[in-house]
Amino acid sequence: METKELVVNKLKENFSDISFEFSEFRDELSVSFDKKHVVKICKFLKEEPDLEFLLCEDVTAVDWAKRKNRFTVVYHIFSLKHNFRLRLKADIDESDCKVDSVTSVWKTSNWQERETYDMYGIEFNNHPDPRRMYMPEDFEYHPLRKDFPLMGIPGSLPLPKK
Amino acid sequence: MGLEAKLNKDGFLTTTLDAMISWSRKNSVWPMPMGISCCAIEMMASGDPKYDIARFGSEVMRFTPRQCDLMIVAGTVTYKMSHVVKKIYDQMPDPKWVIAMGACTSSGGMYRSYSVVQGIDQFLPVDIYLAGCPPRPDNLLNALIQIQEKIGRTKAREFQDSLPELPVLQNN
Repeated sequence: METKELVVNKLKENFSDISFEFSEFRDELSVSFDKKHVVKICKFLKEEPDLEFLLCEDVTAVDWAKRKNRFTVVYHIFSLKHNFRLRLKADIDESDCKVDSVTSVWKTSNWQERETYDMYGIEFNNHPDPRRMYMPEDFEYHPLRKDFPLMGIPGSLPLPKK
Repeated sequence: MGLEAKLNKDGFLTTTLDAMISWSRKNSVWPMPMGISCCAIEMMASGDPKYDIARFGSEVMRFTPRQCDLMIVAGTVTYKMSHVVKKIYDQMPDPKWVIAMGACTSSGGMYRSYSVVQGIDQFLPVDIYLAGCPPRPDNLLNALIQIQEKIGRTKAREFQDSLPELPVLQNN
């Protein structure tokens, strides 16, 4: 069986109560689902002996600006066993800009989630170290949001005195 | 030839103290290599045997600001890094000079963005702006020669003993 079918079947079998949306782009599989299932599904994908998605390559997000669910949080995970890359997506609304942290599943997602928080302002519940990654700690904005101006907000980043 | 021929009979020279001091100062400029990104590679290349910055008396790149009198800011200075650059500049003893090496340090360069300082002259007194992305080593040597000319024109009494305002360190 091809890995793609295996992943799809495994997910459908084990989570019959969750509605998945599968899509494919350039031969890579994406799975969308509700954000409250993130940790459960990630844990399964990592620990299922037939899949073994051991590597969390990236956690990032997309800002759709005017869409109803403004953000999508995206996980790129990789199975060394199958040499197969999978993309997980979960929509987040601006009014409830939070999602559960997957640091309990993959330790590497610690900094990736901090970066996503820094750039998009999405909070990760139960994150062990929820600080900003790049910007100064007292910075008030999230630069990769679509409503953030390219040249920044004047006076928000202090320069040393001349 | 040169001085030796003129001075072989217990000769002597008369000059001013200013001329002596600025002459020795300009021929022993010790750079602080503030290498932040890719310009630093060209700065290192200017120290190699091909370009040989030692010909101009500046081969002693000191990695402590306390022994330097020329800061070569080589690379993109972000807002977060600007405080570090300023702190190191403050630790250099007077008199001191600054080369803004490359497009990023001079004007922000291709990084027209919220995180990059659009020119380090917003917080440092810059003496030479050096064009290029990155500038070639011979270009850096040209900047160094111009700094030397500038130092040669100075008078020793221009630099009075003045203590700079040092930042207060806080325990936190």
